Amino acid sequence: MKKMNNRERTFALMTIPILILFFVFNTLPLIQGFIYSFTNFKGYGSYNWVGLRNYADLFTDGRVGNSYWFTIKLALVTTVVVNVISLILAIGLNSKIKFKSALRGMYFVPNILGALVVGYIFNYFFTYIIPAVINMMGGEGTSILASTKWAWVGIMIVCAWQAIAMNTIIYISGLQTVPEDVYEAGSIDGATGWTQFRHLTFPLIVPFFSINMVLCVKNFLMVFDQIMALTKGGPAQSTESISYLIYNNGMSGGQFGFQSANAVLFFIIIVVFSVTQLTITGKKEEQL
Amino acid sequence: MKEKVKVKEKFNWPVTVLLIIGLITIIFPLYMTIVIAFKQPSEMTNSVSGILSLPRHWSLENFKEAMRVTDFWRSLFNSLMITAVTVVLSVVLHSMIGYAVGRNKARNKKYNLVYMYVISGMFVPFAILMMPLVKQTAKLGIANVVGVILCYVVFYMPMNLMLYSGYLVNIPVALEEAARIDGATTFRTFWKVIFPIMKPMHATVAVITALSVWNDVMTPLVIMSGSGMNTLPLAQMTFQTQFGTNYNLAFASYLLALLPILIFYIVCQKQILNGVVNGAVK
Repeated sequence: MKKMNNRERTFALMTIPILILFFVFNTLPLIQGFIYSFTNFKGYGSYNWVGLRNYADLFTDGRVGNSYWFTIKLALVTTVVVNVISLILAIGLNSKIKFKSALRGMYFVPNILGALVVGYIFNYFFTYIIPAVINMMGGEGTSILASTKWAWVGIMIVCAWQAIAMNTIIYISGLQTVPEDVYEAGSIDGATGWTQFRHLTFPLIVPFFSINMVLCVKNFLMVFDQIMALTKGGPAQSTESISYLIYNNGMSGGQFGFQSANAVLFFIIIVVFSVTQLTITGKKEEQL
Repeated sequence: MKEKVKVKEKFNWPVTVLLIIGLITIIFPLYMTIVIAFKQPSEMTNSVSGILSLPRHWSLENFKEAMRVTDFWRSLFNSLMITAVTVVLSVVLHSMIGYAVGRNKARNKKYNLVYMYVISGMFVPFAILMMPLVKQTAKLGIANVVGVILCYVVFYMPMNLMLYSGYLVNIPVALEEAARIDGATTFRTFWKVIFPIMKPMHATVAVITALSVWNDVMTPLVIMSGSGMNTLPLAQMTFQTQFGTNYNLAFASYLLALLPILIFYIVCQKQILNGVVNGAVK
């Protein structure tokens, strides 16, 4: 009996200090952020309680509204683009090709590179190379990053460039779980090409599809580095992501309290997105 | 006849060729970076060929200058240190809590609660922690690399706890019982028996933690920006204004920032790919 107690104590000693660390650097700041969201704190000096005013203001603030519209649009479009391309690429890289491992290795490279530096490199590409190419062909080349209408496409391309590498690798590992005889059985029934993919391959890799969906949406909703490197939220605040707005106005714009409320709303949206996605894809998997 | 063709066509060449052509999208940005990094500003004309042609002289001048301007070695040292310490702490601490929680959560409600509590941290975006964390680390006097490392150890804990306690299911309890009968304490059992068995999971955790930490900008940006210290990616942001319109200097600096991870990838590509896939799929 005493030995059991020792065992229990050791387990507790292994858990509690690490748990305290987690509390101090995760839960405590979360609670503080929540508390600050009810104040008009500027980040320095004294502050007052303002109740729910910050939250009410969030829904009338044009800049906040724009950042949500921009971020959600970017996340959804990029997720679709990334998953379509990744799936095609993964099927290609999983077929009987030569230089298979070399090609797979090369296509993964974008994922290991830092998003900020990649963003700076693409910034130059959009600002100088593309317009120069258009000029060469006799057009009037301008940077898409300078256009309020098209800058988000530039950001989408950079986000996709890196995310495709990751999602492709996950799809490949999914495709490898599909046994060869499934295709053989399918081809006897006349399933080839699109039908084969639609009715045989895809249902079998749905778990990997859901991993990719969750990864994509969550990462793109939190987009920051690419914005920092490509547009800094411009032109005319047209590409301000939620994270960027919270960072920019909360840290140096004197809106600590207001942006805390924004962060709380953002947190709720992330949770809602993740939980909905998990339940939807969870249900789909069950049906199989 | 058909059979014969099948045997002959061992490789799907059209797809191979298409995939090789597709590599342009990966190689072009890297090619552009290398070419610009080696050129002199005078070689850069406004035409495409001026920008993308090979440099006349392969000189290392830009790199020397970039190293000086961005204090390269110090940033590199900071990045290496932050990454290494975070990885070691993550592997030790996360496997420890992973073991304690993983072994007990099925029969002990408290541990199950701990598990749920830590895992739910996965949904917390950095944006909401950022501002209070700045205040908090400043108050604790750790608005420097120490604070950044502690933050990382906490941020990656949910994911790593899930990986470790998931992996533990495959390790038979009988092994531990054998060690216990031999008189080993619970901690000794963990350290001498379980920790070594978890080696494949350590590799996964080390790879995904290292990649995320190495490339992260936001955490050091908000927490240690006042300390005058840079990490390798952060230095690229800090010195944007000093690069000015000297893109050759800037690109030399970018290339220097990308080089360590590219070398690391070339050396242990297999481990990195395995690690990333395991981390995402499990």
